[in-house]
Amino acid sequence: MSGTGNGNVVEARDIVLSFGETPALRGASMSAAAGEILAIMGPSGSGKSTLLHCLAGILVPSSGEVWFDGGRVDTMNETQRSSLRRDRFGFVFQFGQLVPELTAEENVALPLLLGGTRRAAALSKARAWFERLGLDGLEQRRSGELSGGQAQRVALARGLVAGPEILFADEPTGSLDSLTGEQVMDLLVDAAREQGTTVILVTHEPRVAAYADREIIVRDGQISAYVPDRVAS
Amino acid sequence: MGGLVSATPVPYSLRVYTRGIPSGYAAGVSVPLTLLGLLEREPRHGYDLKRDYDAYFGRGRPLPFGQVYATLGRLARDGKVVISEVGPGEGPDRKRYVITELGATEVETWLTEPVEPEPHLQTVLFAKVVLALMLGRPAEEYLDTQRTAHLQRMRELTEIKRTGGLVNALLADHGLFHLEADLRWIEVTGARLDALAKAVRA
Repeated sequence: MSGTGNGNVVEARDIVLSFGETPALRGASMSAAAGEILAIMGPSGSGKSTLLHCLAGILVPSSGEVWFDGGRVDTMNETQRSSLRRDRFGFVFQFGQLVPELTAEENVALPLLLGGTRRAAALSKARAWFERLGLDGLEQRRSGELSGGQAQRVALARGLVAGPEILFADEPTGSLDSLTGEQVMDLLVDAAREQGTTVILVTHEPRVAAYADREIIVRDGQISAYVPDRVAS
Repeated sequence: MGGLVSATPVPYSLRVYTRGIPSGYAAGVSVPLTLLGLLEREPRHGYDLKRDYDAYFGRGRPLPFGQVYATLGRLARDGKVVISEVGPGEGPDRKRYVITELGATEVETWLTEPVEPEPHLQTVLFAKVVLALMLGRPAEEYLDTQRTAHLQRMRELTEIKRTGGLVNALLADHGLFHLEADLRWIEVTGARLDALAKAVRA
């Protein structure tokens, strides 16, 4: 995989975005190397989730550039960005956001099904993640029948099942107690390292950020402690 | 519990526990009381005591033999241990130490009394921030630098926690929670720097 031309797999260059009159990002620049686990930290309302959404092609900045794998993301149309998110990115959010009508294994298989994998093959691949994440026996449960930690591990499996190049994780342990959150982070880091997946992790918790290779701090829509480009070891 | 702790030398990396950020977290373990506690478990030779101490409490700083025997000598002088027999142990020493009633009472008192909570009101960090503001220096940059150092230490502790077994994980957690508390202070202080600057320059 080629990078953004300077060894980084994803990069934001001076991006600006406002919600109405409220500025969310005011010239934020950052980058992450392939295989790196990067924590984006900052107080509530600082713009860290907005930054993640711009990097992931969910939001489009009003100015500045977002690069992924040598191409501009911010100039793609919605269809292209949707394909990018489905085929090359994975996502984990604070509350799992599992589809309640689907079983746990169908939830995990969802990115594969949406990507055109046949149902039997997708479910087979999904099931392999249950043992890996200590979820044996929960394949047929629906989200309402799972504990918070179990649901978040299912969400993690869903985020990683298609072998994404980048996993975007927005407060992935925010709804969990400390011990359960640590278990989820242990699994996330192990799985990402094994797959060589880059992780962009938004968190306000230092103990979660400590799982990352490095951190950047977002304050008032800007990166206040920007560590220059570094290739992950 | 014995299965959780190896008696093999503790890796150097575990010294991160005892490096001070800021000083005061790794308040010294009381060697006499710890040895007494180990003796309450069972009578031991000095060599075995040192081995137990290093495995559980040494954390990269093995107890010198000289300190073990000097401490045991003082404990014997003060009537907290007695020498039960002179015979071969696993090491070269031949004295076997047994805790006395007085020693056991002291261990009991130590265990049941709460440790004095440290107020940490005069930390180095606090002094640096106030002085930086008084001198018109970039206090926010100092706080950013400190945050980076804290997070780096938290990364080290997290790695040890992930790879070092349950006992090491508990010890790492202690350090992690203290560092996290510091980071909260750093965040709040950073948000109050303007007001603080006015207060210290008034």
